Amino acid sequence: MQAQKIRKSTIIIHAVAWSAALIWILPFLGVLMAAIRPFGEIVHGWWSFAEFNPSFQNFAEAWNHPTAPLGEGIGNSFLVAIPATIIPMLVASLAGYGFARFSFPIRNYIFLTVVLIMAIPQQSIAVPIFQIMNFLGLVDNYIGLVLVHSAWGLAWIILFMRNFFSTLPIEIEEAAKVDGASQFKIFYKIVLPMTLPALASVAVLQFMWVWNDFFLALILIYSPEKLLATQRIPLMRGQYFVDWGVLSAASILLMAVPVLIFALLQKYYIRGMIGWTIKG
Amino acid sequence: MTRGTEVPRRKISLSLFFIPALILIVLFVIFPVLNTVYISFFAPSGEFVGLNNYFDVLSRREVVNVERLSQGFPMGALVHNVIWILIHLPLSLFSGLVLAIFLGNVKGASIVKSAIFLGMVTPMIVGGLILRFTFERGVGVVNALFNLLGFEQLTRTWTAFPDTALFALIFGSVWLWTGFSMILYSAGLATIPKDYYEAAKIDGSTAFRTFYRITLPLLKPITLTVITMTILWELKIFDIVFVATLGGPGGASNVLALLMYNMAFRAFDFNSAAVVATFLTLLTLLVTVGMTRYMVRK
Repeated sequence: MQAQKIRKSTIIIHAVAWSAALIWILPFLGVLMAAIRPFGEIVHGWWSFAEFNPSFQNFAEAWNHPTAPLGEGIGNSFLVAIPATIIPMLVASLAGYGFARFSFPIRNYIFLTVVLIMAIPQQSIAVPIFQIMNFLGLVDNYIGLVLVHSAWGLAWIILFMRNFFSTLPIEIEEAAKVDGASQFKIFYKIVLPMTLPALASVAVLQFMWVWNDFFLALILIYSPEKLLATQRIPLMRGQYFVDWGVLSAASILLMAVPVLIFALLQKYYIRGMIGWTIKG
Repeated sequence: MTRGTEVPRRKISLSLFFIPALILIVLFVIFPVLNTVYISFFAPSGEFVGLNNYFDVLSRREVVNVERLSQGFPMGALVHNVIWILIHLPLSLFSGLVLAIFLGNVKGASIVKSAIFLGMVTPMIVGGLILRFTFERGVGVVNALFNLLGFEQLTRTWTAFPDTALFALIFGSVWLWTGFSMILYSAGLATIPKDYYEAAKIDGSTAFRTFYRITLPLLKPITLTVITMTILWELKIFDIVFVATLGGPGGASNVLALLMYNMAFRAFDFNSAAVVATFLTLLTLLVTVGMTRYMVRK
């Protein structure tokens, strides 16, 4: 009796879990089908398989799209996302270490500021940031966008790194100090090598954040050949006719990068996300 | 080495740790935010009008459309954001919690979790496109489902009609965001010691009672975090709306973030845009400060 009861509940739990997975995966499956099949086949639903002629035609069309070639956009996105990941990582590691190790009177206020910065919307900087970049001659220039992304990412990375640094044992650093090492030497030679797992989490999250960003690119980059990958998706939609085949293929190409990173570095991604929310 | 030379040198090297971060944040975050607040008090002519801008902009029909509140969309961007929170927050919170609990004892749970979490990894610009596709007539799976269940009147391109556009976006955003609360709850459940449940079982507690008396209270810090992060996300929602409906049709799915963008970069009315941006910022800060104080007090 008991065994049967357990088996029944196990079956129900498994059924619920797997149907949830199915529901969540269905929209992605639809996009995949629209991408690999000619539009005529899916016009009455991508789930009908009366005809099935898969091809990579749509992917090639999206990559070399006449008005918004996605291939160029993906290259541009890498050009922005890589420096916009490395710069804040270095800058924030220094500051996060400072917060964790040194005490000074206004530290708690700065800390509160960091938390508040994490909450504000990008809309609150949009107009002035455009004017500042215009003043600096950095509108429609990747350097400007990289700087804004770096500054914007700093707050949560500092918080994350501070939390990480405060878990490291301080004894090793004190031993080095007794041996006469300077603050910077201690940081670079001893502390930084111990932080590699935390830096991996930061790199994964910040890269994905910049890669997926749309708003900052939208206000700062406008030359057709400079547009990032995310900016090209709405341009492919077309005014009167929505070509779902090409759009779906473009969507898959664009999301392939973050999905691959997530698949390979899932551990760091989840750890990073939980770190900046639960401990934050 | 005397103490006199040691202390200033240490202070200088100490401040060097902060200077690069400080420059970037002040120049590209703090100054622009304050500048936005500043220009929100001025008329386009350059005249100082103080809070009058706020009374003017926040009473516009694009923000709150009082006459249409009982008649249907568009009801104004602020109302749309509120509706978004009222539907999206409980749905994503609840489904994330249920999934996290169910997936605790399922074989292959990591595959299911990854499938659900895919929405969090996807660029929101793609997420918005996929949800529009999913709600499209003919090709979309939602309409096929309604057809199958006999709701023919709901079989249409949801994003093209004022009375369904916002709901399509909201339900689609639940689909995209549930992975967040699920992952956080999963992490939280893993920290609850197993003996709590064993003790409850020995005492003859029912599954529901155990959940209500043990699991839920212990998950409270996580619930608060998820609620805060989710409300912030809902207030800042932009990409999804931009790509799926552009706030349309006729403003029926417009939200504050998109309204601000249109005011600033379509109509070039920087002062009105600054009012909306400052108002949105105040809302996010209120949520954050409120939650932080609540958590600190606990």
